[in-house]
Amino acid sequence: MKPPRFDYHAPASAAEALELLGRYGADARLLAGGQSLVPLLNFRLSAPAVIVDLNRAADLAYIREENGRVRLGAMTRQRAIEFSPLVKSRLPLLAEATRWVGHLPTRTRGTIGGSLAHSDPAAEYPAVATALDTEFVIRARTGERVVRVTEFFVGLMTTAVQPGEMLVEVRLPVLAPNSGWAFEEFSRRRGDFAIVGIAAMVTTEGDRCRSARLAACGAGPAAMRLRGAEEILEQGGLDDRYVDDAAARAAELVDPSADLHASVEYRRHLTRVLTRRALKHAVDRARGAGAQPRRS
Amino acid sequence: MAEPGKIRMTVNGQAREGWAEPRRLLVDFLREDLGLTGTHVGCEHGICGACTVLFNGEAARSCLMLAVQADGADLMTVEGLARDGKLHPLQEAFWEHHGLQCGFCTPGMLMAAYDFLRVNPDPTEQEIREALSAVLCRCTGYQGIVRAVKAAAERMRTRLGDDMERNRAPGAG
Repeated sequence: MKPPRFDYHAPASAAEALELLGRYGADARLLAGGQSLVPLLNFRLSAPAVIVDLNRAADLAYIREENGRVRLGAMTRQRAIEFSPLVKSRLPLLAEATRWVGHLPTRTRGTIGGSLAHSDPAAEYPAVATALDTEFVIRARTGERVVRVTEFFVGLMTTAVQPGEMLVEVRLPVLAPNSGWAFEEFSRRRGDFAIVGIAAMVTTEGDRCRSARLAACGAGPAAMRLRGAEEILEQGGLDDRYVDDAAARAAELVDPSADLHASVEYRRHLTRVLTRRALKHAVDRARGAGAQPRRS
Repeated sequence: MAEPGKIRMTVNGQAREGWAEPRRLLVDFLREDLGLTGTHVGCEHGICGACTVLFNGEAARSCLMLAVQADGADLMTVEGLARDGKLHPLQEAFWEHHGLQCGFCTPGMLMAAYDFLRVNPDPTEQEIREALSAVLCRCTGYQGIVRAVKAAAERMRTRLGDDMERNRAPGAG
């Protein structure tokens, strides 16, 4: 099918976009990379009166490092993230996950802000943001607020972004010393949404686990942090038996539902297998990093 | 602002223009307004990849873009691959290796492969398979397509080497 009629605006800046959002309120829908919204329009599952297209707002696309965080403009393309040397060296978890986000031709258009604001339960970026201590910059005509990841993902395809507001930037912490990361996923076909995906980040302190971060996608109404599994590693350590215990705990913590792709039991099973795999990979990387102190 | 507006773009090196209302999909504008029916429209939700074109040099789904978003852009469609009546090495390789049966997915396969080989000129077979998962083919079983892309990659690397050899000034090497 074809999209229904809508009024179309293509503001040249974030400020102009916020003016339009203020003017049209709940009638307006923001169009980012369009890899989720345009299918909804084509199938007439969404029929907004007004489309505010952000693709010409050049001030919303950038990647820069500042104060121990990498700031990404909401309209930064997934493809730009994929080929960014800064992301590769400072945000290797994001770089690794990006290879699982759709296909090269969809990453050409798809954006990080669009993916996070859409919050598809099976999408990779919300899991990465949840595994890291991500800050979200949300702006309205009247001002700006910074929301922590713990408050950003509210429920099924629902975020803290309110009508009249827009996600303009995300700030991800750069890789800490002695840290390892991994993103593992299972999908039926490369590039499909995850049946389950796991993001892991561990930081070691000698033989101890200083901190562990685990998040899942495809295993609940939104990306979810697996705090109970993290605690097993932080209290016990990173030996295989604690990794196995954490993986088993992760499978209990997730809240999957059944659909035509997978049953609840299968998603729990995948959570366990992928958590174990991700943790082992992350621990190897952290120990490799610790064995070779970085020269500065 | 739901009314048609004039849009201009470069398609396969030629300046083109037309009228499009905002909801007009890029793939429909290319096919119906510009008459470039080589780009196919399949699933209309970004899964099948038959509509893949190059947008400012990068592969994108033209069923997930509005024509107005291409105003001012530089596009290349499957019609732009052959030059002066000579097939592109990818097209030659698809022909030689039976990379198509019905041909419906072929424009998408070619444009996705073109972009992929530009970012990864020397891919492994596994990388080719992952890249081709961006486009659905329902008749070949993919084997011929994978072989074609592999052969095209080799040929394009060799030609690039030959061109560099030819362009080298005498005595410079």
